[in-house]
Amino acid sequence: MNSPLPTKPALLSADALERMYSLMLSTTLADQRSAAEAREGRLLAAFYPVRGMEAVCAALGATMRGGDKMISTYRNLGDAMAKGMSLRSIIAELYGKEQGCSRGRGGPMHLQDQDVNFTATTGIVGSGMQIAAGLGMAEQMDRSGNAVIVTFGDGATSIGAYHEGMNFVALWKLPVVIVCQNNQWGEHTAIADYAPSIELAKRAAAYGMTAERVDGFDPIACVEALDSALARARANEGPTFLEFMHYRLTGHTGTADYSYMPKEELAAAMERDPAPTFRKWLLDNGHLSEGQVSRIETDAEAVIEDAFRYAADGTDPDQNDIYDGVFADETFARSVSGE
Amino acid sequence: MSNPEVQSMTIAQAINSGYHNAMEADEKIIILGEDVAEPTGGVFKTTKDLSTRFGTDRVRSTPIAEGAIAGSAVGLALGGYRGVAEIMFFDFTTHVMDQILNHAAKFRYMTGGATPAPVMVTTVVGSSHFGPQHAQSVEAWFMHTPGINVCFPSSPSDAKGLVMSCLESPDPTLLIQHSGLLYSIKEDVPVGPHRVPLGKAKVERAGGDLTIVAYGPTVRTAVEAAQQLAESGIDAEIIDLRSLVPLDFETVLASVERTRRCVVTHEATQFAGPGAEISARITEELFSELLGPVLRVGGLFTPVPFAKTLNRLPTADRIVAKVKQLF
Repeated sequence: MNSPLPTKPALLSADALERMYSLMLSTTLADQRSAAEAREGRLLAAFYPVRGMEAVCAALGATMRGGDKMISTYRNLGDAMAKGMSLRSIIAELYGKEQGCSRGRGGPMHLQDQDVNFTATTGIVGSGMQIAAGLGMAEQMDRSGNAVIVTFGDGATSIGAYHEGMNFVALWKLPVVIVCQNNQWGEHTAIADYAPSIELAKRAAAYGMTAERVDGFDPIACVEALDSALARARANEGPTFLEFMHYRLTGHTGTADYSYMPKEELAAAMERDPAPTFRKWLLDNGHLSEGQVSRIETDAEAVIEDAFRYAADGTDPDQNDIYDGVFADETFARSVSGE
Repeated sequence: MSNPEVQSMTIAQAINSGYHNAMEADEKIIILGEDVAEPTGGVFKTTKDLSTRFGTDRVRSTPIAEGAIAGSAVGLALGGYRGVAEIMFFDFTTHVMDQILNHAAKFRYMTGGATPAPVMVTTVVGSSHFGPQHAQSVEAWFMHTPGINVCFPSSPSDAKGLVMSCLESPDPTLLIQHSGLLYSIKEDVPVGPHRVPLGKAKVERAGGDLTIVAYGPTVRTAVEAAQQLAESGIDAEIIDLRSLVPLDFETVLASVERTRRCVVTHEATQFAGPGAEISARITEELFSELLGPVLRVGGLFTPVPFAKTLNRLPTADRIVAKVKQLF
């Protein structure tokens, strides 16, 4: 856990590395700001932090293409930003505003943006795998050459929906990249306490698909693994399961107590906190200058400030619009509600 | 004299005919389910010949995994297709609840309209030959969740018309088939495209003394009861709801306003069943017009027993006895 990032030559251009650092840092800052707002009672929502996952998210941002489609889970802030969603529409949704991506009807667990193919987020653990199977069928039948990326945590590998979906994806060799964010905690329970077989990539391989464990704190390793998995999917060569090993750097939610997490484990993981570690690596290896790095940091802070201000200035949905979207036609919903 | 535009069909054949017409017109329709492809063509034969005609990409026999069948249908919807989840028995829809009620039914709403998920779920209920886990009428579970249409045809023509309407609906739909009706009735059904609008009830029998509201198998039970009642000089009107969501309250209320008496009957459990909602609504709207309470004849509050001597379902006699309480 405590090893520094490898110093092997980067496969990415300086521009790409710069974008990765920017995404990684923005994710960290937006996450910390959201969690702080929740703790202070200004954000009345269950917010699920992504701290610890930022290297994987930045690598997703560096490797996914616009046409690729993503199905995410409720710990979705980094996924949404990686797919290119506007932070304004994300934060406005966190606050339940009409300007939010889902018009305040869904909240933080239902971020989506069809313009960037951030197709859906589900708040139900494991269900995304089944939906990804269907979306994978659609892409395969369309011969679109796009990949479907589904993300979830290690905790999701215990539920039936996950296993049914894995079997479908493997059976029909669907163009799906399965991203398991192994942060080693299922809510408040450590992985060793909820599963006897904790090498999730090994379990996945048993379904008859390519599966690999990746250092989820190493953004370059993440890029390499995702690049080849996405290439296989786009070539319709079947699904890949990637188990990204990292560690949850906060509690289960933005407000939850996490004193139960072993202090030494957490401290060791903190040593590899993705954004600061990547920053140091970029500087030490001469990929970016101090000036470039501080410009990225200033810009990221400004974007986050702007998004939270935009959300604060947003309008609240009107009670008269409560029936919008129950069905295509709201008449029945309205009439049986006594109106 | 044969009419080439219609053909005598059972409900099973009419459903199959509806799939053929709809899949021919819309290449985005994909049917998923256990044994739906040939050589089986569905254990009730409703998907007969479809895989031969449209291929096994579009008519896919799946693993025994109702959750993933339904979830794939949802994913297909997000990818621009219309997935049909064929669930062999209504009881097995316990496995689709997450994908259908938590996802399909809410996807339009919880994304502010961005991602409607118009999947079709279809399933079979009715026989107790398999015992208590293959025979439950659980439509109320679905009716209780905003965002999914529910329909239950009682005739071949309506079955075809509702299948085609479900496959063109902008919203998710559940179409319930009854095993006792699938092969027992034949009538002329249009061979070409034929639609029955969702949310439109049908007056099955006109009458002036009371209204019997029924759907699915209890339409026939009500017809039988009406014949007995006619012998006692009671002229019953029977309304076949056909759709439960949206429910055609306009037709129901117009009838009861005229007859001033009403009995609601269904095979689903009476307690907290669809009839409770229908009864409440009639009472709220027509309280001062009614000559008696709206009464219900539903399933007894028991699991579905296997033995033939144990009957929890409405019969013509039970309906007649209930009606007579109103006179």
